[in-house]
Amino acid sequence: MSANRKGLVTFSTIDPNAALAAAVAKTRAEIIGEVTASKLKGRGGAGFPTGVKWNLAAAAKGDAKYVICNADEGEPGTFKDRVILAEVPDLVFAGMTIGGIAIGAVKGIIYLRGEYTYLREQLESALAKRRAAGLLGPQVMDKAVAFDIEIRMGSGAYVCGEETALIESLEGQRGEPRNRPPFPVDTGFMGQPTIVNNVETFACVAAIFAKGAAWFASIGTEKSTGPKLFSVSGDCARPGVYEFPLGIMVSELLREVGGENAKAVQIGGASGHCVPSSEFTRTLSYEDVSTGGSVMVFGPQRDMLAVAKNFMEFFVEESCGQCTPCREGNAKLLEGIEMLEEGRCSAAYLDELTKLGEVMQLASKCGLGQSSPNAFLSIVSHFQDELMGRTHGLVR
Amino acid sequence: MLLTEQQRLKEDIGRLVERYGAERSSLIPVLQDVQAEYGQISEYAMQEVADHLGIHPVEVYSVVTFYAFLGETYQGKFVIRLCRTISCDMAGKEKVARQLENDLGITFGQTTKDGKFSLEWANCIGMCDQGPALLVNDHVFTSVTSEKVHDILQLCRKSFGPLAVHDNRHEEARA
Ligand SMILES: Cc1cc2nc3c(=O)[nH]c(=O)nc-3n(C[C@H](O)[C@H](O)[C@H](O)COP(=O)(O)O)c2cc1C
Ligand code: SF4
Ligand code: FES
Repeated sequence: MSANRKGLVTFSTIDPNAALAAAVAKTRAEIIGEVTASKLKGRGGAGFPTGVKWNLAAAAKGDAKYVICNADEGEPGTFKDRVILAEVPDLVFAGMTIGGIAIGAVKGIIYLRGEYTYLREQLESALAKRRAAGLLGPQVMDKAVAFDIEIRMGSGAYVCGEETALIESLEGQRGEPRNRPPFPVDTGFMGQPTIVNNVETFACVAAIFAKGAAWFASIGTEKSTGPKLFSVSGDCARPGVYEFPLGIMVSELLREVGGENAKAVQIGGASGHCVPSSEFTRTLSYEDVSTGGSVMVFGPQRDMLAVAKNFMEFFVEESCGQCTPCREGNAKLLEGIEMLEEGRCSAAYLDELTKLGEVMQLASKCGLGQSSPNAFLSIVSHFQDELMGRTHGLVR
Repeated sequence: MLLTEQQRLKEDIGRLVERYGAERSSLIPVLQDVQAEYGQISEYAMQEVADHLGIHPVEVYSVVTFYAFLGETYQGKFVIRLCRTISCDMAGKEKVARQLENDLGITFGQTTKDGKFSLEWANCIGMCDQGPALLVNDHVFTSVTSEKVHDILQLCRKSFGPLAVHDNRHEEARA
């Protein structure tokens, strides 16, 4: 592996003004064409192609369209968006402005999680500087396009990171996910066509316009292009934010961060999957283990049941309670974990819990309930021996 | 609540609605500011906000109860939220939790009798590589040890009086 991988390696070299200048010189169709050619996929976890999303929103009819930056970053183990916003906020603002021009929106909103309130002041002052420099406002870079950005704060609800719940929250409602379709690109904020993208996605857009779609597409794999930030925590010598090309093997990543002797890693946060050491040759990419970038490392001494329990407690608390599979299912799974902890869960009942998890994946209304059983199911399938027939409760 | 206090709340809400606009989408920003200033969103505040925005108070109540950072019950001037998610857990958050409880004489979910401190759990606050992590109001503290707990609490206690974050806001709102 080459050179330094720690921190915002690529992003710290990108000039946001050069990116914006390159974009404003293009037509809307050319901008979307460039994003499509880069094969950029959303960095927030779901991996939807950004060019496709923007194209749909550009084609949709509406009086006022919106660009929303999802800075809710609530997925356990993820902190790369915080680092981007703290160190290179102008890349994000430039990316949002490019998005506004592309779809024909004049207003952008950053939905910043309440836990990051300490970032707000510096972001507001960075926005003010951009207005003063003519990079935001009625005439962006003296062109006949207007765009401005407002910051709105979250209030401590993980589910508001889900894009339709986020929009509900912006509209002054409880953060309860909507049925999809219709998708935000048609019916988003205030019923208008809206693109919702992750912080890192917008920063990637700026990088693409500064260095070219071909450059971006040449990094990573065929289906997973570009550099990707990973938030690494847990049992390793050098935790922190790293940049790797997509497609990196789990074992390579662990070597880089000093976590070679791990017994498992959780990829993608609480809603992601647990990968045991026997599968460390798998790759972090949209075609294999997909992730928004959270990597939690578990050393040989860790109790995987304690891990599963911690995640399930999270979901019981964060479920919005709107639909039954998620509301009841997570509580049932937690109850099952407590039975395992006390050493009184039969193999037949564990089977039932597994089936329940699979039903939740299919029948839940939004991504929270669809993915909340993932960690439990993958831990059960790889560490069954460690979970069953306990005489000792949890090991801490 | 004292009448003068109620009057102040009423005026503050009027000003906030003016600033954010009398629209439904302003509801949460208004509530966030009321929460920060008063440590709670009282029944009276909900009624007042509802009147201004032309919605039923039940609508306001349903929003207040949904969000972890908004609430009807009074929270202390310093709300301490300790991350309980797995990376901070593995980094030793349990020791920090015990120390906080011991030093404050309350358990999680409670507020000290003098109204100064509230202790809450938080889910991952995005400092997982520097755990255990906690927030005191809007400030973040990382790599917290049981020793550091004492320093953090001292810092809060010292910032009472003219230097207190909360009291400053208070003055601003009145100015
Ligand atoms: C429960 C839940 C929480 C989510 N939280 C976030 C988040 O904090 N940040 C984020 O960018 N996307 C989050 N997402 C994904 C968003 O719904 C959406 O797919 C994403 O913002 C789209 O942006 P992207 O295409 O640029 O990734 C979450 C999804 C779910 C189901
Ligand atoms: S899956 Fe869970 S979070 Fe999503 S709508 Fe249903 S109850 Fe709410
Ligand atoms: S796990 Fe504690 S800050 Fe993320």
